[in-house]
Amino acid sequence: MAANPMTQFEVYRIGPEIKIGAFDISFTNASLFMVVSSLAILLIFNLGAKKNSMLPNKIQLLAELSYTFVSKMISDTAGSKAKPYFAFIFSLFMFVLFCNMFGMIPYTFTVTSHIIVTFVLAAFIFIGVTIIGFIKHGFGYLKLFVPSGVPIVLLPLIVVIEIISYLSRPISLSVRLFANMMAGHTMMKVFGGFVISLGIVGGWLPLTFSVALTGLEILVAFLQAYVFAILTCIYLNDALNLHH
Amino acid sequence: MIKKFFFQLIFLYLFFSKEVFAAESGGMPQLDPEFWISQVFWLTLVFGTLYIVLSNLILPKISANLELRKSQIQENIEAADNQRKDSELKLKEYDDIISKSKLESKNFFNDTREKTLKTINVKRDLLEKQIDEEIKKAENEIDQLRKSAPQKINKIAIETSSEILKNLIGAEINNSSISAIVDDLFKKNGSKYYGN
Repeated sequence: MAANPMTQFEVYRIGPEIKIGAFDISFTNASLFMVVSSLAILLIFNLGAKKNSMLPNKIQLLAELSYTFVSKMISDTAGSKAKPYFAFIFSLFMFVLFCNMFGMIPYTFTVTSHIIVTFVLAAFIFIGVTIIGFIKHGFGYLKLFVPSGVPIVLLPLIVVIEIISYLSRPISLSVRLFANMMAGHTMMKVFGGFVISLGIVGGWLPLTFSVALTGLEILVAFLQAYVFAILTCIYLNDALNLHH
Repeated sequence: MIKKFFFQLIFLYLFFSKEVFAAESGGMPQLDPEFWISQVFWLTLVFGTLYIVLSNLILPKISANLELRKSQIQENIEAADNQRKDSELKLKEYDDIISKSKLESKNFFNDTREKTLKTINVKRDLLEKQIDEEIKKAENEIDQLRKSAPQKINKIAIETSSEILKNLIGAEINNSSISAIVDDLFKKNGSKYYGN
């Protein structure tokens, strides 16, 4: 049972079954780790924002560095018009990052390794960006599908490709994060299983791999959160500054 | 040899270990829709709360802190700059004062020197004039004395001669004849005695 690398992704109910109508909204281990991640974010940033000293202490420095990091990321990719969406992208980046990082602790649950979670986030971003685009540019937003400087003959084909690529954005965004997290955690579990099954004699090699993979996975956890946030910025940039 | 044995052992273990390959049942729990609704619900709730708290309470505070620090640093830099300028100005003033007073003291020294020299010169001139006058006077006197000396000697010579003649001869002799002789002698030998 414990050696099955997929059991770590199983969702189970914690506490009583809660039902609203036909929908089961019970509190599960996934919900628990969402709450834990959010509480950790709130705790760290609340402590970091609490007192303002001329020389920041470590936690304040952490909060302020994260703030400037995300702020710079947004202004670099989406320009100054994206300022109102700073709080959303900051929350998104921190939520994904903390969920990924909490997943790296042994025996925890990785919220972002579930396609439904990443898909809801990506779909929300997709719908939000589309609405912003139509509000800012009206039907002119459809010009996004008609790149300038393309020969008339190729235009129908290009428009179809552009529409498909636009519609596949939520899927690519969600699957990228979900697949990365799932693959990494499965691989770590498999190597961990090797360590146990090969025992004291042969277990050292997979153990070494396991250690290396842990480092790699921490990198991936950060990188995927960053990619998720920066792609959101890029989509937002398309909606705010129509370049075509 | 030992290395080869080690790897063979690992492969044997892999082949005979059933636990490693026990992952076949179950599939992907992610695709089981049993808890999808629950996850969507809790994600919306938790992420929504996180977003609202962060955007309304925490991020404005961090932004204000950063802004405040930036402005304070700017202020401090400006204050330091001002103080630097002030000190430069003061230093310049100080230098000016020093050079001014140096010049003043030099001028004062020169003035005093000139004044003293002038006084000395005036006094020396005066003294020289006085000395010259005294010398002139003395020279005049000497000159007069020298001029009057032959006449007096002649007179003495005449009187002495008349007296001697009176005693020798016992008769009065006219002074004028004696004086004629003396004058004659004086003319002959005067230059021998007065050397001019």
